Amino acid sequence: MNKYENNRVGYLMGLPYIIFFLLFVAYPLIFSFILVFHKWDIIGPMNFVGFVNFSHLLHDSLFWKSLGNTLIFLAIHIPLQIIIALVIANILNQKIVARGFFRAAFFLPVVISGVVVTMIWQQLYSQETGLFNMLLSKISLPKIPWLISTKLAMPSIAIMATWKNVGLYIVLFLAGLQNVPVSLYEAADLDGATGVQKFLHITIPMINPTIIMVLILSTLGGFSLFIEPYVMTGGGPMNSTLSCVLYIYKQAFYFNHMGYAATLGFAVAFIIMIVVIIQRRLFETEIYT
Amino acid sequence: MKKVLFYIVLSLVALSFIYPFIWMVSATLRPESELSNLSPISRNFSTSNYRSVLEKIPIGRAFLNSLFVSCSITLSVLVFASMIGYALARLKFIGRELIFMVILFTMMIPFQITLIPLYVLMVKFGWTDTYQALIVPGMISAFGILLFTQYFKAFPQSIIDAARMDGCSDLGILFRIVWPNSIPALVTVGIITFMNTWNDILWPLVVIRKQSIMTMPQMVTLFAVGGQAPQVGVQLASATMLAAPIVIVYSIFQRYFIASMARTGLKG
Repeated sequence: MNKYENNRVGYLMGLPYIIFFLLFVAYPLIFSFILVFHKWDIIGPMNFVGFVNFSHLLHDSLFWKSLGNTLIFLAIHIPLQIIIALVIANILNQKIVARGFFRAAFFLPVVISGVVVTMIWQQLYSQETGLFNMLLSKISLPKIPWLISTKLAMPSIAIMATWKNVGLYIVLFLAGLQNVPVSLYEAADLDGATGVQKFLHITIPMINPTIIMVLILSTLGGFSLFIEPYVMTGGGPMNSTLSCVLYIYKQAFYFNHMGYAATLGFAVAFIIMIVVIIQRRLFETEIYT
Repeated sequence: MKKVLFYIVLSLVALSFIYPFIWMVSATLRPESELSNLSPISRNFSTSNYRSVLEKIPIGRAFLNSLFVSCSITLSVLVFASMIGYALARLKFIGRELIFMVILFTMMIPFQITLIPLYVLMVKFGWTDTYQALIVPGMISAFGILLFTQYFKAFPQSIIDAARMDGCSDLGILFRIVWPNSIPALVTVGIITFMNTWNDILWPLVVIRKQSIMTMPQMVTLFAVGGQAPQVGVQLASATMLAAPIVIVYSIFQRYFIASMARTGLKG
């Protein structure tokens, strides 16, 4: 086999990807960058407007609102997700009966379409006939306005999203836990460490890469939130569940503001980058093995 | 005693992940007035909600659309991503590193940036309301390429050399020798791609407006938010029909689903 032969075959095999990349990744990126300096309703001609879209974005209270909503979502979703997933993963990591069944049960909502989960939870959260409020009134507690209150609507969506996704993170943590050497626990046992001490000083540091990964995956998930508010609340009440992607979608396809929607896309991507960098700075630790 | 309590609590928690789906199915099979009952059993069994869905929306057609789109994309990703993965893992050619960097770069771009320009591209191609718009932008996945590249790197060189001696071309080596020995990687990429495509709603909502091309989750979504069916039972019946295929496939292959998802996570 000579070098030339390898070159030709390599290019031929790589060609589909190069075409695909130029058409569906590079071109959209470049076009998007051009779009942010224009006003365009997709039907008429594109009008160059310079930095108008950016200055509009800085003063667009709905954009900041959608960003704030996403941060509220993340502030509830991420800790809840990590704690529940860690606890259940730890339980499933022990020798228990029907482990496979439990794992499969927690994983079930992960594979089911988000719209199905949202439609179910919309009924569970329903003010008068919902299961949650029925249970609350049965033990004579006041009903909770899950999706009606502007303060509670986003947290309610965050709880639902945690329920839907936690199975995936349980599985990821389980994989992480299985990589922790048993010898570390045995050494700690000899030193008389308690279960909690072992968890805090061995398990948590050893699965730090998995924690970071879960952190980043759920952050990306939070910034991609769309179908849940779209179906459940339409972004309401009073835009309290307007998510970033839902706002981009509305700007682009309700109002035909293509240039501004592209600007929003860039802004959201930039903020995702910053949030992820901050998270890595805060939580990434060196592992000594 | 402590052990029994432990299993009861764990079972209750697990039940809370399954019960909402059971409740959904039972809600579709009984009259609206019994919706808020906690118990899933009712005397007034009726399938009228399902008949109502079938009358109101062409959900069978949407199911076939989803099946067609998801199968096309999955097949295409398996063929193209494994081809490129093979080239990156086993062939030496100028520019290989560059292609690899480009793939990593692609994976890091949030879809929020490319959503709008991709839609504009579809409009320019005249592809809105066509199957091409649903299929072509998903035909190659950077994640698939990376997973195949990693997997193929561990493939024994001696087998490839032997096949080459026998005059086998690189494509022949890939599909006749590497593929049959890479079932786990194929299953992983296949399941993830199929599931992501099957459950995707945003992209179909953006490019498809014509009912005859709509995918199943899209149609159910629009049915739920569109106010076509004021009755909760009818809405949930459409949701049940959407969930059923995935639940059936999942209950048979759940081991592979979970293993696949765990593997993709490890990569990220």
